[in-house]
Parts: sequence; C-alpha cells; structure tokens
Amino acid sequence: MTETVHKRPDLTVEMAGVTFKNPVMTASGTFGSGKEYGEYVDLNQLGAVVVKGVSLTPWKGNPTPRVAETYGGMLNAVGLQNPGVDAFIENDLPFLRQYDTRIIVNVSGKSIEEYCRVVEKLAVTEVDMLELNISCPNIKEGGITFGTDAKMAASVVKEAKKYASQPLMVKLSPNVTDITEIAKAVESEGADAVSLINTLLGMAIDIHHKKPLLGNIMGGLSGPAIKPVALRMVYQVCRTVNIPVVGMGGIISGEDAVEFILAGATGVAVGTANFMNPCATVEVLDGLESYMISQGFSSIEEVQEAMKI
Amino acid sequence: MKKMITTIVAEQAKIGENCWSIWLQAPGIADNVQPGQFVHVKLNQGEKLLPRPLSVSEADRERNALRLIYAVVGKGTKDLSRMKEGESLRILSPLGNGFEIDETASKSLIVGGGMGIPPLLELARRIPGKKEIYLGYSATPFLLEEFEKEDAQTHVSTDDGCYGYCGTVIERMNQDKALGDIIYSCGPRPMLKALSAWAKERKIPAQVSLEERMACGIGACLVCTCKIAMEKEDGWHHRRVCADGPVFWSREVVWND
Ligand SMILES: Cc1cc2nc3c(=O)[nH]c(=O)nc-3n(C[C@H](O)[C@H](O)[C@H](O)COP(=O)(O)OP(=O)(O)OC[C@H]3O[C@@H](n4cnc5c(N)ncnc54)[C@H](O)[C@@H]3O)c2cc1C
Ligand SMILES: Cc1cc2nc3c(=O)[nH]c(=O)nc-3n(C[C@H](O)[C@H](O)[C@H](O)COP(=O)(O)O)c2cc1C
Ligand code: FES
Repeated sequence: MTETVHKRPDLTVEMAGVTFKNPVMTASGTFGSGKEYGEYVDLNQLGAVVVKGVSLTPWKGNPTPRVAETYGGMLNAVGLQNPGVDAFIENDLPFLRQYDTRIIVNVSGKSIEEYCRVVEKLAVTEVDMLELNISCPNIKEGGITFGTDAKMAASVVKEAKKYASQPLMVKLSPNVTDITEIAKAVESEGADAVSLINTLLGMAIDIHHKKPLLGNIMGGLSGPAIKPVALRMVYQVCRTVNIPVVGMGGIISGEDAVEFILAGATGVAVGTANFMNPCATVEVLDGLESYMISQGFSSIEEVQEAMKI
Repeated sequence: MKKMITTIVAEQAKIGENCWSIWLQAPGIADNVQPGQFVHVKLNQGEKLLPRPLSVSEADRERNALRLIYAVVGKGTKDLSRMKEGESLRILSPLGNGFEIDETASKSLIVGGGMGIPPLLELARRIPGKKEIYLGYSATPFLLEEFEKEDAQTHVSTDDGCYGYCGTVIERMNQDKALGDIIYSCGPRPMLKALSAWAKERKIPAQVSLEERMACGIGACLVCTCKIAMEKEDGWHHRRVCADGPVFWSREVVWND
C-alpha cells in the first residue's frame, strides 16, 4: 500500500534577525497582553503576540462609547488606554514569557522623548521586537500625528533607534496621501521592518439621537471593510522598501492572509477578527497552511514570490 | 481551552411588546452559569462582525439550555428575533462576573428596570431566604408569571400606570418603606444611579449590573470601560464592564458623567 505523505510546509519567517515559527501574529490593541485570549488559543502556536500599545505613564483613554459597528467593520476610540510601561513589564511580560512565541511590544508616545524613554525601558527586557505606533498625536507639534508627516516619522525613528536594543518595526498610518513616502522615510532612518495598516480615521452618526456614535466623535475603522485598502498599501510598500513588511487590515481567514503574503508581506497580523471569533488567529494559521499544502508551496518565501503581475 | 460554542435554538417566542425570549441548547451550556453573567451572541450574517452581549435570564441544567430575553433595538437583535427553532447560533459563554449572593442576608431586595429585569429571574431563584422583588416597566410587564412563582413578594410599577403602581420603582420602594440587608439590581443607568443614592442613604450595600457597548467581551480590547472609584490618581480608574463586571458594588461606581 502506498500512502501519500504531504510534507508540511516550512512556515518559519525571519525578520531583522528574529526567527518566527510562522507569520501569524496578533494586531496590537486587539489581543490585550495575551492573557484573555490565552484561554481560547494556545499562544505557543502563534508566530508572535503583539501586545497593546504601552506608554511612559498610564493613559486613561477616551470616554465611552468607544466602539461602533459599521458595515463589515468597526470603529474604535479606545485612546490607547494602558497602565504604562512599568506596569506592563512587571505584570504582563512574565506571563507572556512562559510561552514559546515571540513578543512584540507596541510603543506609543506623545513626544519623541516619551517614545525614547519607553524604548529605553524595554531595551533591558526579554522582548523580541518593538513596534513603534506612530499614529499618536505629537503634542509638541500641535497634535499632528507623527505618522502623517514624513519628517516627523523619520525623526522619531531616528531617536528611538538610539535607545533600542531590539529590532524596531514601525507601524504605519494609512491616513496619508502616499504611504510609500512615510515607509521610505522610516527605512532611511534605520527602521528594521514596517507594519501596516493601522486603522483608517472614520465616523458614524446615530440619526435618531443626532449625535456621533463614538464618545470621541471620530475613531479608527478596522475589520474586513478595510482589507482592499490595506492590501493595496501593503503591495505598494513592499515594492518600495527593502525591509520586511507585516501586513494587516481585515484578515479573518487563511485566504486573506495568503493575499497579503502574495502582495509581499513577510508577516500577517489578525486584529478585529479576534472579536468575531476568539480562535481566529489559529484558524488563519490553519487556513494558510492548508493553502500552502494544496498549492504545493514549501515555504512562505515561495508564496511571497509567487504573484504574477 | 475555552471556545465559541455552537448552540441550537430550542425555542423562540415573542413574550411582550418588543420583548423576545429565546432558549439556546448545547451540552453543558447551563453548567457553572452564575446569575448576572452574560453570553456573547454571534450572528451568522457577514456584515455584522461583533457578537451582542445578552444576560442569562434562566439556566436549565436538566435541559442543557439557557434562556435570553431581549428587546429588538437594532440590526443584531432584529436578526436574532428572526432565528427559528432548530437553527444554530454561536456564542461565548458564560462571560463576566455575576452577582455575589450573600447567603447570610436576612432579607434581600431585588430591583429591576426594563431590559435589566431578565437576569434577575435566575438570581431570584438562587437567593436563599427572605426576598422582595421590585420590578419597573415602561409599559406592559413581561416575565411576571415567572417571578410570581418565586417565594417572594413581587411589586410592579409602570411609567404609564397600565399595571401596578404608576411611577418609578424607587417611588414604589419609598411608598412601601422597603428595607433589606442587601440590594441586587439591573436596569437603565439613571435608575441604577438613583437606586445607588437610595441605598447609600439607608446604608444598604447594593450590587448593580452595568451595560456598555462591547467588542471582544472577554477583557482584551478595552472598549467597554466604566469609571470605578479608587484612592490613587484622580480618584477613579477605568474598569472593564465585560471582565471586571458587569456587576459592581454601587458605592464604587462613579455615577456623574
Ligand atoms: C452585559 C450586558 C448584558 C445585556 N443584557 C441584555 C438583555 O438581557 N436583554 C437585552 O435586550 N439587552 C441586553 N443588553 C443590551 C444589548 O447588548 C444591546 O441591546 C444589543 O447589543 C443591541 O444590538 P443591535 O445590533 O440590535 O443594536 P445596534 O444596531 O448595535 O444598536 C442599536 C442601539 O442599541 C445600543 N446598543 C448597542 N449595543 C449595546 C450594548 N451592548 N449595551 C447597550 N446598548 C447597546 C446602541 O447604542 C444603539 O442605540 C446587554 C448589554 C450588556 C453590555
Ligand atoms: C480596539 C482596537 C485597539 C487598537 N489598538 C492599537 C494600539 O494600541 N496600537 C496600534 O498600533 N494599533 C492598534 N489598533 C490597530 C490594529 O492593530 C490594526 O492595525 C487594525 O485594527 C487593522 O487590523 P484589523 O482590521 O485586523 O483589525 C487597534 C485596533 C482596534 C480595533
Ligand atoms: S468588550 Fe473588550 S474589554 Fe470588554
């Protein structure tokens, strides 16, 4: 009797010298610090856990309502509520370290100094990579977000690099005219990778009460509704920079993840899908692996290079 | 590992003016459910991503079934009301921290308003000893038959006076000079706020079940926060209604916002 043995594809990926067992990560802010979802998924199976944004001091975040559902997506205005980097290091990091997965910490700040201080504190911890969330308002520059200005984005990366001991990934905002310009700017200042997209600025109105659905009036749109925009931006950035790209925005299935990898992404992150199904991350991973088996791909790199234009 | 479970709609009925009752069945579904806990109901339709939180109104361990009572207020609850017996529905359950039952109380007060009434049914069943139930409705009452089966006095008030006392539950409680060792409550925020002040005046500890719009339902996304008093900082901090609540002690809730 003969048995067809499907060789399992090699899912490992490498970014900035860090090896990930597979490309599937969590999108920052949607997965807390892994504790809650750890009851639903085996965190050991994930390529990386990207934790919620941490800042120098505790941030209280925005007033409620902080969420509104929209067609095929959702708006959020959490306002980066977090207990601060010290509390994160003390309470959340030891929990995550028990697992055999990479830890990527998302860093927020309201000034370049704040970003640098957080990066400095994380430099001496067992964190595998940092993700600089540059979609935060720069208080010193009149509240313009760092990520929407190429010069500001470049300078925060340049300064943060001086304090970082881990590779620095930069999370790009889609709320710009040309995302490749920002990607090039951060690459030139030493960003080791880029991740995209963060949420798209949006709004929804309750027509009965005639007021915005979010306490903060505006918020970030995420979920399947944004996938085509995210995919387009990932494709553009992959063709522009030479550093690895982590793609996200509306990924809810293995097929969605494949699209991002075909567009050139090395890693993929799952965000809003976790709210629809707490096991979404592992289901995306399983779907990706099945696709690779059925198509005869033996590595992620092969998928990245397979797109025909 | 916990997971999203597939349940079967065992019964769906309209039990009042914009008031629906659905029984969901799945193996073990009613085990370990505490009154005041909720389930996160995922509707199958693609464009609606987020599950909807609904309180457990009854948990029947023999039939492996949970009962949810809900009002149709938007797209999600409308779709839910269209679900037929035998169809399947995915849920996360049970979520949140329910009421902490004080077994030593010599008399408990159970106070509910509108769509906050359903979770109090399972609670009323589990509270030992003497209890008095105050239910406030905007108009025609629902679930009254079930409450009246309990070994307790049930007082009804309605805003329009169509049934029982005409006025708010609190006015009704004042009229009765209601007293007890502990209060359990769920209802609209203005009612809970007024009740909290009522309880404070009489030095009666009160547990209140809060509502906030949710996404994950398990404590990870921080969209469902409420303000809870604390000594440090500005006197309050944000807590998650889904994972730290939905039941809180009323004296800890910051009501004026
Ligand atoms: C812990 C908890 C327990 C609940 N238990 C019950 C229950 O037993 N029975 C019941 O009828 N309802 C209950 N609710 C409210 C219920 O979740 C909402 O009515 C429901 O999600 C609305 O969904 P929709 O798609 O029909 O409305 P949408 O189209 O989403 O919104 C319609 C309206 O409902 C409001 N709304 C939406 N979500 C919520 C929410 N989570 N809480 C309050 N208002 C909301 C919106 O602001 C809007 O005005 C509970 C809510 C929470 C947080
Ligand atoms: C509730 C919520 C909180 C988020 N918090 C953060 C954050 O702290 N830092 C960050 O860089 N991105 C944050 N994001 C953006 C996500 O990481 C992701 O970029 C975006 O949601 C798109 O992916 P998705 O469609 O899969 O959710 C958040 C998104 C949501 C929905
Ligand atoms: S709904 Fe996500 S933390 Fe409560």
